[in-house]
Amino acid sequence: MEFLLFIVRRFLRLILTILIISTIIFFVIRVIPGDPALVVAGIDASEDDIQAIRARLGTDVPVAIQYTRWLGDIVRFDFGESMISGASVNKLIMERFPLTLTLAVLGIVLGIIVAIPLGVMSAVHRWSFWDYFGMVYSQMGMAIPSFWLGMILLLVFAVKIPLFPLFGSDSLKNLVLPAIALGFARAAVILRLTRAAMVEELSREYIITARAKGLTDRMIRYKHALRNAMIAVVTVTGIQFGYMLGGAIIVEQVFSLPGLGRLFLYAIYQRDFPLIQGGVVFIAVIFSLVNFAVDILYSLLNPKIRIS
Amino acid sequence: MTERISSSTLEIKDLDVSFIQGEKEANALRGISLSLKRKEVHSLVGESGSGKTVTSTCIMGLLPPQVARINRGEIFLGEQNILALEEKDQRKIRGKEIAMVFQEPARYLNPTLKVGEQITEMLRLHLGMDKGEAVTRALEILDLVGLDGGKRILGSYPHELSGGMKQRIMIAIAISCDPSFLIADEPTTALDVTLQLQILNLILSLKNRLDMGILFISHDLRVVRDISDWISVIYAGRIVESASKEELFSNPRHPYTRMLFESIPDADKRGKRLKAIPGKVPDAENIPQGCAFHPRCPIAEEICGSNQPETKDVESNSALDSHTAACHLIGKQWKN
Repeated sequence: MEFLLFIVRRFLRLILTILIISTIIFFVIRVIPGDPALVVAGIDASEDDIQAIRARLGTDVPVAIQYTRWLGDIVRFDFGESMISGASVNKLIMERFPLTLTLAVLGIVLGIIVAIPLGVMSAVHRWSFWDYFGMVYSQMGMAIPSFWLGMILLLVFAVKIPLFPLFGSDSLKNLVLPAIALGFARAAVILRLTRAAMVEELSREYIITARAKGLTDRMIRYKHALRNAMIAVVTVTGIQFGYMLGGAIIVEQVFSLPGLGRLFLYAIYQRDFPLIQGGVVFIAVIFSLVNFAVDILYSLLNPKIRIS
Repeated sequence: MTERISSSTLEIKDLDVSFIQGEKEANALRGISLSLKRKEVHSLVGESGSGKTVTSTCIMGLLPPQVARINRGEIFLGEQNILALEEKDQRKIRGKEIAMVFQEPARYLNPTLKVGEQITEMLRLHLGMDKGEAVTRALEILDLVGLDGGKRILGSYPHELSGGMKQRIMIAIAISCDPSFLIADEPTTALDVTLQLQILNLILSLKNRLDMGILFISHDLRVVRDISDWISVIYAGRIVESASKEELFSNPRHPYTRMLFESIPDADKRGKRLKAIPGKVPDAENIPQGCAFHPRCPIAEEICGSNQPETKDVESNSALDSHTAACHLIGKQWKN
């Protein structure tokens, strides 16, 4: 019951977040100098043409009315059509989203698979080979830009040793190298955090109790310490995943993948206002949903949270 | 229940432990001997820094191997020297044969595991119970430590329980595998005075019901007065005096023990000024030459600064009990 209440409360907060973000987007778009109608119509357009375009874009009525219309559209998840291609914004986003989602999931899973075991090993066997390996890895992971890593991966594993295709996006095989390029840096962050959290948890008094109970090292590390360490790790990993869902512009560019990042990048180049607006709200919704999921996971891991 | 080796004694012989950090060596225990029988409460009393916790940690086999070095000594559980056992065999003793209760239950319980899991994991590991059996046993144990509403408590997290309940849970965990010996390291120090008495009574009643031997560690002679059968006073890593409770309370011989008694506030001394012991316990890195207590001792003589006193039998009020003390000047008049 208490838990249900918690979920309802978090869900209301999610709706509020989306409402606030949509409002900000609406006004930011209107504060940017320049009339979108002029951009669409071009320099040579007549006054009538411009008026017609304004009517089509809905910018010919007072701001208050535009705002209510905008809120109405959002409630129905209707973001209009792209000014460039004329296709519905929803359709454009939904075409690209599966690729971005797959890439993000692959990237984060790869990151977790590398980072958590290595982080635990580093913390348990401090100053051992694995710890140094982990330290070198996390330094490199944070220092190496993903576009460079992406290009090197392509050069080595697609050109020199053609294990993976150079471009394309139709099979999972196409996503392996981009996922590595994307997950590499994430793993570095998760690794450092896991190590720090594990070192801290292993020095807590309840670990002494666990040892005094005669538990095996395995039980002490994985059941007692890791469980507590995960509280911090889950939060950060979740936020990282949220960012990745917004599209990985650079990695998508390097691997010529038609994901959300590239879609939004071109929308900005082309001042495609409906697509930008829809894109930002979409990212906000996705990000909030991920945070919502992280909150639930967090509360499952940390029993103290559910009460407060 | 399951087959078990019931050991009737726990005996520490000449245990000497150092902590090494770089060039520095801290000699935390300097030849400690004490013995504990089942159904007996042996209290180890001393100021903080005197080596009480090192003793208990060493018995549990939990000294950090990177920094701690056992220079010499043995710990016998029954016939077996547990210090000579391999880690995996020591682990079978921990929690099962010798269990421990700690000072601050709030910190010594895992905050993210339900109380039930923290009790039953031991039963399943040491006694090979399945989940159902372990839960049944856990409910019995909660009853034994005086907690009502067992099912609800098993499903709670530690932070949902009060301080007194948490300490009862710690005790429940410790006694769950029916250990022969229990080490209680200042189990009441972090609790309110009213709770202290309840927990002490609980420990005593459990001792009688489960035939456990208890090593009770405390800095406070008042706390151990009601529960101990035997008391050893520890100072700077050595036992300076050891006797039955009655003997020690009526006939303290070592100057340090006498001064500990003089520093206790009680009804007899109403209106008089309490005597604090001047100075503090020496650092284990620089223990004074000779008797470690001589810089703080009001009757010290020249010999105390040069020769370390042997532990000797002293005359006991009761012919039955032995009484030992480590002081050159046992016969000397205690001027007061």
